[in-house]
Amino acid sequence: MSEEKQGDYRTRTDICLRCPQGCEVQTMLGPDDEILNISGNKCKLGKEYVEQEIKDPRRVLPTSVKVTNGTSPLVPVWTPEPMPKGLLLDLAAESRKIEVEAPVHVGDVVLDDWRGLGIRLVASGEVSRAD
Amino acid sequence: MDVNTNYDVIVIGGGPAGISAAIEAYNANKGKVLVIERNDSLGGILPQCIHNGFGAINFGEDLPGPHYAHRYETALRELPVDIMLDTMVVDLTPELDIYTMSSYYGYQHYRPRAVVLAMGCRERTRAQIRLPGTRAAGIFTAGTAQRLVNIEGYMPGNEIVVLGSGDIGMIMARRLTIEGAKVLGVMELLPFLTGLRRNYVQCLQDYNIPLHLSTTVNKIYGERRVEGIETIKVDENLDHVPGTEEFIKCDTLVLSVGLIPENELSRKAGVQIDVRTNGPIVDSDMATNVPGIFAAGNVTAIYDLVDYVSKAGEIAGFSAGRYAASQEKNHHEGSRAIRIKPGANVGSIIPQQIFIDDLGDRDVYLSMRPNSLLERMVKVELDADSEPVMSFREQYARPAEMIIRKLKPRDIEKLKATETNELVANIS
Repeated sequence: MSEEKQGDYRTRTDICLRCPQGCEVQTMLGPDDEILNISGNKCKLGKEYVEQEIKDPRRVLPTSVKVTNGTSPLVPVWTPEPMPKGLLLDLAAESRKIEVEAPVHVGDVVLDDWRGLGIRLVASGEVSRAD
Repeated sequence: MDVNTNYDVIVIGGGPAGISAAIEAYNANKGKVLVIERNDSLGGILPQCIHNGFGAINFGEDLPGPHYAHRYETALRELPVDIMLDTMVVDLTPELDIYTMSSYYGYQHYRPRAVVLAMGCRERTRAQIRLPGTRAAGIFTAGTAQRLVNIEGYMPGNEIVVLGSGDIGMIMARRLTIEGAKVLGVMELLPFLTGLRRNYVQCLQDYNIPLHLSTTVNKIYGERRVEGIETIKVDENLDHVPGTEEFIKCDTLVLSVGLIPENELSRKAGVQIDVRTNGPIVDSDMATNVPGIFAAGNVTAIYDLVDYVSKAGEIAGFSAGRYAASQEKNHHEGSRAIRIKPGANVGSIIPQQIFIDDLGDRDVYLSMRPNSLLERMVKVELDADSEPVMSFREQYARPAEMIIRKLKPRDIEKLKATETNELVANIS
């Protein structure tokens, strides 16, 4: 995101993430951060994207956690529901402390309702038990 | 040693192309199918691609790589298809003799009725881009770094520079940051991003990782371990601009400088290779020039999206299954072949040939790789003898994104109405 200021007005430029096309969307904001105009988007997803992005930017975090007694030392995990962008690195740090016991299956929840925010980390891979 | 002739179809490679090829080879005729994979698990590169972005086309979902692979692997394992892991194919002949080695099965010789090549691709290395400097530890391809971090649980370094702005380079820049490393920047030789723009936002911008365009790595310093690199700007001819050198202190250099289809076996079998794709020349059935040998996925050309690799695997597998079951060895007999050639602003195309009388009601996915960056509405035209047969518009043409056009039966009818044997694809 980049931003230009003209007095009380600001124009920010975002690249829309909703599809691979990556439209550059310009949004004009008024003195109270109210959206005055959205342009440059080629479809309605672009408008939805910047509205969400200005209000509450969210992203998916893909990472991995440690596995004990598994055939692999790690299992991949992700936040199937996008989480607040500003907390990505906090959750990444948290995930480095997590250890789960094998076996782990796709869809297993390894962290639920993190910080009471409804954010969860879910396994996206399989690790069998080492015997 | 006895030759095993029990199999109708043998698929070489158990990645996304191989898995869907095996499923469809079985579905085509309920014959005997074997998948040979050199790794100790199926899925190819997907188990280490833990980021999301897979499945949008085939599942309408945004899945991580291992999750996507798991779905296909589960579907394959429900079928009576044989799978040999930890097994390397060491030779393939034009007569479809396959020789394999494995510590468990030993040396084996197979002769199936059809073969699907699904060996995928490998990364371009430091030597292939002639990167000068010392031979210190700490220089990794992006895929190796990815394997270390995501599968084996090791960090390749602490202060990292990435060369190459392809999707894998940007994704690894984010990944290493998430795991606590400092990524000092991503350098790109070309004046534009070579990966997807959304990866620029969600992998670099979101994590404050700088991107330097028209910049490359000029030198690597360090004796035992990388101690730093020197970057240099390049001009519009990609020549170094003296005086623009900059030293960056770092302990690791990650290279994301391109992928090459892996075709040693294809060449041994006499499969013709397209110099543009570096992969086998294939037709609308994903058949190569060698009767009974089919090919799909990154072995034929580098794809952007795994969803299309899976689709190509399905076509190759189904065609191989059908071929194995038929008595006639030239099942294209009587069908007109139309060659597809890249024209203006098109770098490569697959398939390179369509047998138009032989498609039934099947669609053909024409995949075109633009070789110029055109950030405006473009027209893609398929011409026969310089006359347009069909055309369509695209919002833009970018080398990072294949233009994929599904030719439906009614498009094929248009081709049939011509008398041409050659179509040229142009982007203007």
